[in-house]
Amino acid sequence: MRPHISSKDYCRVRSRWLVLIFTLSLALIIGCRSQTDQRHTLTIAGSTSVQPFAEKLAEIYMQEHPDLLINVQGGGSSAGILAVEQGAADIGTSSRDLTPEEKHLNDIAIAWDGIAIIVHPSCPLENLSLEKLRQIFTGQIQNWRQLGLEPHGIHAITREEGSGTRNAFEELVMGQAEITPAALVQDSNGSVREIVANDPYALGYISVGLVNDRVKALAIDGVKPSSINIKEKRYKLIRRFYFVTRDTPSRTAKNFIDYVLSRKGQLLLEVEGLVSVH
Amino acid sequence: MGKEKLIEKTLLLLALSAIGSLLLITIFIFLEGLPIILATGIKAFILGTHWAPTKGHFGIFAMIVSSIYVTLGALITGVPLGLACAIILAEFSPPALTRILKPTIELLAGIPSVVYGFLGVVLLVPLIRKFLGGPGLSLLAGALILGIMILPTVISISIDAISAVPIIYREGSIALGATEWQTVRRVVLPAARSGIITAVILGMGRAVGETMAVIMVAGNALKVPTSILDPVRTLTSNIALELGYAAGRHREALFATGIVLFIIIMILNTLATVITRRE
Repeated sequence: MRPHISSKDYCRVRSRWLVLIFTLSLALIIGCRSQTDQRHTLTIAGSTSVQPFAEKLAEIYMQEHPDLLINVQGGGSSAGILAVEQGAADIGTSSRDLTPEEKHLNDIAIAWDGIAIIVHPSCPLENLSLEKLRQIFTGQIQNWRQLGLEPHGIHAITREEGSGTRNAFEELVMGQAEITPAALVQDSNGSVREIVANDPYALGYISVGLVNDRVKALAIDGVKPSSINIKEKRYKLIRRFYFVTRDTPSRTAKNFIDYVLSRKGQLLLEVEGLVSVH
Repeated sequence: MGKEKLIEKTLLLLALSAIGSLLLITIFIFLEGLPIILATGIKAFILGTHWAPTKGHFGIFAMIVSSIYVTLGALITGVPLGLACAIILAEFSPPALTRILKPTIELLAGIPSVVYGFLGVVLLVPLIRKFLGGPGLSLLAGALILGIMILPTVISISIDAISAVPIIYREGSIALGATEWQTVRRVVLPAARSGIITAVILGMGRAVGETMAVIMVAGNALKVPTSILDPVRTLTSNIALELGYAAGRHREALFATGIVLFIIIMILNTLATVITRRE
């Protein structure tokens, strides 16, 4: 015979469980808190172009400083700068210059980056003039035939409004002209690269540091986006990556920035595909 | 008695807090977004086709049109399929099979939208690019993915509506000599009409509100689409795509996009309520 459980007993059992769960979760929260208290934390937020490099730097730096925890977040240049302004992040990363209203913050150039114009590896095109590139993005050139290739529509891909990379591209390439509304829009370097890697007729722009062998970077006006060409400013589409801080950065932040600007940090950035500021 | 009152009060409080948060969200969205709509002019904001928020152009017409097209496309693919599925599961399949299939279909609703988007990018987009042309990321891809995503909503609510039709209706019809299909078409479906319409409208609500999958497969271009192979940007995509970078007037413009979206969804939900209550 099954033992009879009254609803009262049931309630009691239930509430005992609830108390147990509550205590456990409390212990968990307190446990986590005390664990993070033992480590210093440094929050870096901002440009999605800088993010992979900041992550790499943070990873190496944390190996040398086991008591430090560095959080690297994306969100975009503007969001990173805002986060520093509001104190939500120790260091903001930016792939664009500060605007006049943001000038009260410190900007520290950490590396040069080029903007690579990428196409599918099977595309026979090797070189593109700056003028033709602009015409592709204003919508005047819509077909590969106009570039001397087999006729097919060009699938131009741009970044979303407000992106640091788009901002730099507009300044360096577009001048006063506007990017055509017919262009595809993707919200990260990674997804632009992914689409170009899969579509033989696509053309997009990403940070040079993120070009890999699944896509082909074009020469612009006959100059390849190699690190030497970027360093000597022969390649035209270049910009700087910045760390942004408030007037007096914390000790930890200061140490990390010094590390990034040191020979070792700069070398690491060069290995990852950027170009040293020195 | 005291305990009952306490529970009653607690429940009331919970209900009010839900309404309260809805109210707060509404007020917040309108406070943030209304200034920019008024500054641009309602007509220029809704009917303008030039969207360059960092340069002071705020026209969301292309996105409204795209949202409507993508949603209609989703309904065209999702509703006939969903309805057919619901009819078979509710009327013709053995009950044992229905008991297994219905929860399985409802499980589809639990798959995160990013998974649908990923499948779309990996499987559907290359197919469209290869066989139909264009960049593949398109209105068509968005509509097809959304059509699949609204299936669980359409199917499970339609099944409930069809099952709720009294058995007497069916017996009466069969007794008059109608075949099973005639019974379903002429008696059961008309009787379940309001439930089915609700299913369609709720599916439509899901299609309008879906974001992640659409961003991934629809290409997000700002042009008013002229073909189903054109890339499009919906209202929700616009907000999610640019929010990370938006500051100042740009941010306000995204909230204003939210207002338009809010109003569209309010209209759909009110419609659903009115239709179900009337019948």
